[in-house]
Amino acid sequence: MRGYLGVDVGSVSTNLLTTDEQGNIIASLYIRTQGQPIAAIQEGLALLKKELPADFQVCGAGATGSGRTLAGVIVGADLVKNEITAHAIAASRLVPNVQTVLEVGGQDSKIIILREGVVTDFAMNTVCAAGTGSFLDHQAERLNVPIEDFGTYALQADNPVRIAGRCTVFAESDMVHKQQLGYSLQNIIAGLCEALVRNYLNNVARGKDILPPVVFQGGVAANIGIKAAFEKALGTPVYVPDHYGVMGAWGAALLAQENMSTGKNGASSFRGFEAAKLDYEASSFDCQGCPNQCEVVSISMEGKVIGRWGDRCGRWENMLGNT
Amino acid sequence: MGNSPPVFKQILSELGYDVVVPPPPSRRTLDLGTKYAPEFACIPFKILLGSYLEAIDLGADTIISTGGVGPCRAGYYGELHRGILHDLGHDVDLIIIEPPLKRPADFLRAMYLLFRERKAPLWKLPDIFWRAWLKLNAIDCVEKASHDIRTFEIDKGETTTVFRQCMEILDAAQSKIEIKEATDASLELLSAIPQDRSRDPIKIGLIGEIYVVLEPLANHNVQVKLEEMGVLVHRSIYLAEWTQNNALTNREYDVKKAAEPFLSELVGGHGRNSIGETVLYAQKGFDGVIQLAPFACIPEIVAKSILPYVSRKLNIPVMTLFLDEQTGEGGIRTRLEAFVDLLVQRKKKKEGQLACVGI
Repeated sequence: MRGYLGVDVGSVSTNLLTTDEQGNIIASLYIRTQGQPIAAIQEGLALLKKELPADFQVCGAGATGSGRTLAGVIVGADLVKNEITAHAIAASRLVPNVQTVLEVGGQDSKIIILREGVVTDFAMNTVCAAGTGSFLDHQAERLNVPIEDFGTYALQADNPVRIAGRCTVFAESDMVHKQQLGYSLQNIIAGLCEALVRNYLNNVARGKDILPPVVFQGGVAANIGIKAAFEKALGTPVYVPDHYGVMGAWGAALLAQENMSTGKNGASSFRGFEAAKLDYEASSFDCQGCPNQCEVVSISMEGKVIGRWGDRCGRWENMLGNT
Repeated sequence: MGNSPPVFKQILSELGYDVVVPPPPSRRTLDLGTKYAPEFACIPFKILLGSYLEAIDLGADTIISTGGVGPCRAGYYGELHRGILHDLGHDVDLIIIEPPLKRPADFLRAMYLLFRERKAPLWKLPDIFWRAWLKLNAIDCVEKASHDIRTFEIDKGETTTVFRQCMEILDAAQSKIEIKEATDASLELLSAIPQDRSRDPIKIGLIGEIYVVLEPLANHNVQVKLEEMGVLVHRSIYLAEWTQNNALTNREYDVKKAAEPFLSELVGGHGRNSIGETVLYAQKGFDGVIQLAPFACIPEIVAKSILPYVSRKLNIPVMTLFLDEQTGEGGIRTRLEAFVDLLVQRKKKKEGQLACVGI
């Protein structure tokens, strides 16, 4: 069997996914990055291999997410793409006439505006509205509510509390204050969801023309409380795809598929699932070549340098030839 | 700022001063500036302060800087810098050169301070300034050539390496003839770079506040990054051009006129220019515009709030990057890549290469 691989390495989660030759998802995986992207990618590759038919052959691999450069080097990706494009591609594959994509992940929030299948505008959180996923995770733990049930609690609210949501630190202190006034857990959680949505719409989506159909993806889309808050604020149904958590990885796989069909490069440079067993090491140093003093990162596989980046002038990157 | 320091070094050393050129702004400069600057000062303020402190470390006892007018904080920066440096116990003179057209008295005073100790005879002055002017133009000319070539270079990074050599050649040139020869030699070196002219790049205009547009440390080297992604980038500001159009004469009528339907007031800094330049880029058929703005810069915020309207009206995508010492490299790169993807998609669609979805 032949197919494509997509890897999305984010700050909180690492997602791997394989598709068949038509781009349909056949296996996907969502694991925690836990600050160790290399280990997470390797673990993911090993787990994914178990779910795939023995004769599965990767004929194209794509990497995305904030760790895309690293992931690209480690798996030997044919294509490394930013997560905005990857998410847009996946969403428009699923809902061909999608006009708005709301994407809320662990650290980043984005909004992507499409018209007739083409991205026409996008925005990413800048000053704040960041870390929504991590924040919800943290609050669930603090409130002693399993994160999976967080949304259910929110839906049970009869009168959501208004929580100041300028940024997550303020939201937290205001939330603690509301708890201490004696509000119910359900109303507080619902208020929190609404605060985060308000914050997203005021900061990330400011000035954007939000038209239906609206697709909501990223790890936070698991939270039905946030989905409901979005629907309430926007006054339009919000569609959450089945594979909401791995849409970035799917986009990367779809882009790899397209790249392999149009590109001139014949065989995939995928290193194979054996990459899970290889020994990777990352190191860094400050280049003293000029006053820029760039911090250069280098990744080696089995003792051999396979990737370098971070230097502005390209002197270290270029030493590798065309890696 | 940018590649201009050698020119000012040349003027001052020919006037008879010992000149200390602080190293090009680096993370260290920014860290130093951030440490002593007010938190909400903009990034140009912080980098300048850092550079002053680095220059003082190297033994400078007089600092020359430029002032500004209009509703932007920059006009007050000199005073604030002076205060901070004195509070830190540095006994330095800060000479602020104000725009001669708008603040003639201050300008003359600065000139008096500047020339008080000059050792060069008066009759030499026109020549000194004329050669500096030629050099500034030569630097701009070579830099523009490098930008025209980088997009098409076959080996990524080669233009940057050659450009650095060119700057050294230009730095060494003193006389008019040498400057001319150095310019020719630089242009020749650049044009010898292997290029693939069959590429059909998208075109992006860079607009925004002058300091962050010109200083690569402040803007994370966006122009070079974009060019290495295969984009043809036109920058709205080059120093020689700008000096000519602003400080010496007043010749920005076309930009102001272009901005007029959207913004007819002076909002300080480069706010009105940002609007006007976007309009001009749209008229010239550019695929997109990137606005570079220091975080919390009022003129650019005013421009930013008008730009979505300009963008819709003239059908040209605009992306704003706000920059300060907190700006992360990863975020900038992701946004640039996504913006380029967006423009490529649009272009393909316009040319009918795109059936429906996909890139």
